[in-house]
Amino acid sequence: MTARNKRRVAVNNVMLSLTGVFAFVTVSTLFLILAYLLYNGAKSLNPNFFTRLPAPHGETGGGIANAIVGSAEIVLIASMIGIPIGFMAGIYLSEFSGKALGFAVRYTADLLNGVPSIVIGIFAWGIVVSPMHGFSALAGGIALSLMLIPITARNTEQFLQGIPRTMREGALALGASKWRTIATVIVPAARRGIMTGIILGVARISGETAPLLFTALGNQFWNTSLTEPTASLPVVIFNYATSPYDDWHQQAWAAGLVLLALVLAANIAARTIVNRGVALPK
Amino acid sequence: MAAAAVTPHPKRVSRRPSGGDEVAWAVTFLFGAAIFAVTALLVFELWRYAGPAREKFGFGFLFSSLWNPVTDEYGALPFVYGTVLTSFLALLISVPLGVGAAIYLSELAPTKLSNALTFLVELLAAVPSVIYGLIAIFTLVPMMRSTIGPALKSVLGWTPFFSGPVFGVGYLSAGLILSVMTFPFIISVSREALMAVPRDQREAALALGATKWESTWQIVVPFAKLGILGSIFLGLARALGETMAVTMVIGNSPTIKASLLSSGYTIAAVIANEFAEASGKLYSSALVQLGLVLFLLTIIINALAQILIALTTKKGSSRG
Repeated sequence: MTARNKRRVAVNNVMLSLTGVFAFVTVSTLFLILAYLLYNGAKSLNPNFFTRLPAPHGETGGGIANAIVGSAEIVLIASMIGIPIGFMAGIYLSEFSGKALGFAVRYTADLLNGVPSIVIGIFAWGIVVSPMHGFSALAGGIALSLMLIPITARNTEQFLQGIPRTMREGALALGASKWRTIATVIVPAARRGIMTGIILGVARISGETAPLLFTALGNQFWNTSLTEPTASLPVVIFNYATSPYDDWHQQAWAAGLVLLALVLAANIAARTIVNRGVALPK
Repeated sequence: MAAAAVTPHPKRVSRRPSGGDEVAWAVTFLFGAAIFAVTALLVFELWRYAGPAREKFGFGFLFSSLWNPVTDEYGALPFVYGTVLTSFLALLISVPLGVGAAIYLSELAPTKLSNALTFLVELLAAVPSVIYGLIAIFTLVPMMRSTIGPALKSVLGWTPFFSGPVFGVGYLSAGLILSVMTFPFIISVSREALMAVPRDQREAALALGATKWESTWQIVVPFAKLGILGSIFLGLARALGETMAVTMVIGNSPTIKASLLSSGYTIAAVIANEFAEASGKLYSSALVQLGLVLFLLTIIINALAQILIALTTKKGSSRG
């Protein structure tokens, strides 16, 4: 073997091994994150953590029950607004839209999807918090729904587009009207994929912090209505992690573990449903 | 019998609405139009709330480095600088790592391993940013303060980029955590682009005696370069708009320093920290103005990413 070929083979081996190392280094960060959260967070998980209100610094036995419930409220509001709008808009994009209007809606959905989450927060502050003169769970929910709408719309569109033409033609040939075809054949056929997209979308907004900072704000106590400031898991993690107190840091670790477990569980569940038959949209 | 449906396929099956179809069209159209309306309202509201700052400072806002809520004087430069610098540092690390990993996943790994690793990468993309911030505060920042920072300083301290005191928080810490948050996007989109390169491109190169690496680096990667570039822009857009993790490790000081070890600030971080407490019309409108700048920056980068990705996925065919 000539010297030049030796060098080529050596370069080949080194570079190919390097790409493998990069792949495993990047993937291993997931396990590092999981292990670190488990190591630091698990010891603070106890019944009090899930059932009590936050304790002041220095007192033991506090929990984040209000933040868990608050997060659930905010995400529920976001889902109730975001899923129907996104779903119907997705049907429009896939089944009804003409060229120009379809392009306009599709493009703005992508644009909205790319808006930094902190800017969404400013917008929700402007349209909800400022006119209503107060931070509220409602404002937080609306902020998160603005992120959920474009995700749901584009996912729904992609899964509906994936339904074979023959199914549409079959229904239409049997004399069904177009909306009947959509409601009884196309949407049910794409049901699984659409559900998957929705679960992934809801999981994504559940971990969002920035849009909640000046919409839902936070609360040391239970909120009594949806128009009051409301605690949420991500904001509690942020506030506790940036506080100077060790016992609050512990709470932040535990809250982080809970949040990550919920988000990853939703992702794994959704993606394994996908693997059983449907292709994930890109 | 054999002459099955060979009619040319029109793009949409039925163009003639009948029965309740007009109603269905109208209802779904309203929801589609709602997305358009909300986005338009978002731009309008940002523009409106930024009004006082725009009128007072004009374009000078972008070039002033003064940020003083006490004297009510505001300039965007330290934040734009911090945002661009941290995103650049992030890409400097995540592009080689991400593209390298994508090459492994698309060209070398057996299909099963590749799918499993890609699944994990997608989970990594789903980790909320506040979790990255939490981990960075308690691991990266102390490490930076006690070992990485001083080591960099002792070797490269003579350059302006690694001078000054080491606090742990700062541009470099933010760039590092952003790199971890951007490579999942770079990996999964680049992998798609590489897998869309036709198989015969690889076979032709190998048949001519190229090594696997030469075929990959000189033939396959250039073929997929637009898609890879798209994935980089996608990562960049994410890095520019990223809020929580950066806010937790950047140090939050509105200054412009050449040293990567010193504290800084980004647009998203200053909004996150100061907006809720911003008293005074001019103060909050200056923050909204910053939001508007960030918004414009990210939509331009995102649009570029979308175009590049659309171009490559159209061109390619199947896995090699």
